[in-house]
Amino acid sequence: MYNFRYHKAETIETARSLIAQSDDPKILAGGHTLIPTLKQRLSQPSDIIDISSIDELKMITLGDGFVTIGALCTHSDISNSPDIKKNIKGLADLAKQIGDPQVRHKGTIGGSVANADPAADYPAAVLALDGEITTSAENHKATNFFVDMFETSLDSDEIITGIRLKIPNSSTYKKFRNPASGYAMVGVFMARYDNDVKIAVTGASSSAYRMLDVEDSLKSNFNNDIMADVDIDTTNFNDDIHASAKYRGVILKVLLEEAILELK
Amino acid sequence: MVKINININNKAYSEEVGDNTLLVELLRDKLGLTGTHVGCDTSQCGACVIHVDGDSVKSCTVLAAQVHGKDLTTVEGLASEGQLHPIQKSFQNNHALQCGFCTPGLVMSAVDLLKKNSSPSEDEIREWFEGHICRCTGYKNIIKAVQEAITQ
Ligand SMILES: Cc1cc2nc3c(=O)[nH]c(=O)nc-3n(C[C@H](O)[C@H](O)[C@H](O)COP(=O)(O)OP(=O)(O)OC[C@H]3O[C@@H](n4cnc5c(N)ncnc54)[C@H](O)[C@@H]3O)c2cc1C
Ligand code: FES
Ligand code: FES
Repeated sequence: MYNFRYHKAETIETARSLIAQSDDPKILAGGHTLIPTLKQRLSQPSDIIDISSIDELKMITLGDGFVTIGALCTHSDISNSPDIKKNIKGLADLAKQIGDPQVRHKGTIGGSVANADPAADYPAAVLALDGEITTSAENHKATNFFVDMFETSLDSDEIITGIRLKIPNSSTYKKFRNPASGYAMVGVFMARYDNDVKIAVTGASSSAYRMLDVEDSLKSNFNNDIMADVDIDTTNFNDDIHASAKYRGVILKVLLEEAILELK
Repeated sequence: MVKINININNKAYSEEVGDNTLLVELLRDKLGLTGTHVGCDTSQCGACVIHVDGDSVKSCTVLAAQVHGKDLTTVEGLASEGQLHPIQKSFQNNHALQCGFCTPGLVMSAVDLLKKNSSPSEDEIREWFEGHICRCTGYKNIIKAVQEAITQ
């Protein structure tokens, strides 16, 4: 692997000043996206700032109808957390479907959200759970955060500290895994609140998005029947070696139906 | 260079490592612990799985500098007093390996599974091995080996 300078930051403050002092820094959390990209030289930072030992970013806290998940919570922490299992079952199930057990022991929610891979799982949950991304600088509403493929509204020196999610009455995540990579070809997160439904889709296009039209139909009639009138617009869907845009549209419709049936 | 203090298989090490040295490179190339294998170097095959602070991880996707202060176990640390670990024994009894290249990683993974779930179902065992590739056995005997280890 080509060379970079490695720094371990024990606090958010140290991390911030290390970032400020470096030419082209990159934050390292679980490393399960960054290290593979470093090996391939898709990313060639001058300095790596390892934040993985900042303990205050490893907490899951509950209060006022919200769950706040520290940026360094691993996929395995999230899928095994009794608080998450009890309050946002769909999220615990989602985390358990990421990669494999060894990836889940290292990969973090903060890293996944920062990376904004179009086929990553968490972005769907963060959008559907009315999420807020808290950082060392400010709070971002999830609806403004995921800009495009691998692009978020984060500034390059911003560190995600936590993800704040609104606890739903019920939730589910339906994923059609790519059989080789395990990433989502299409994934649908659905959350029900009092008089409200929120749905977000990942994997289908360049960035995760909310399905406002289906949400509206379900608000007045939470029933599978509404799907007969849903027309999935696949114009901007990914069309690649894994699946055509049209196929992704078909999968999305099936996943939506499954989600409705489960939460009915 | 980065200075790290680690425990591997209950032995303390103090090492100077390159900023970009991978954990698996430290284990194999510097410390001679060649039981941990590199099959893919792309986080796909699981041949490099070891335990860090009690969790199975892919050591090809961790920097050596990241494990400062941590407790590591590699496949060399499983046998004690000349006796194979029960999972190693049951891999042997069930012919769960042919060339053996994938075996150290699978064994480390299986040990972690049984520590976290003492009686996994066949589906749970198969799911747990999602991140492993074996090109020889067809997996059947690997699953059998884990099932036999459960009953011991
Ligand atoms: C074999 C394999 C299978 C996988 N399968 C899936 C899958 O099915 N679904 C899925 O969603 N993902 C999958 N992943 C990706 C995995 O979930 C990653 O762990 C995750 O995307 C990144 O988290 P990380 O903590 O490893 O981040 P890192 O690799 O450490 O960092 C990723 C990026 O985010 C930035 N970053 C990290 N933390 C922060 C922070 N707190 N603030 C600001 N920026 C930050 C880094 O600078 C870097 O650019 C897989 C990965 C592998 C290796
Ligand atoms: S060598 Fe690490 S997963 Fe293949
Ligand atoms: S025994 Fe040869 S790869 Fe598994």
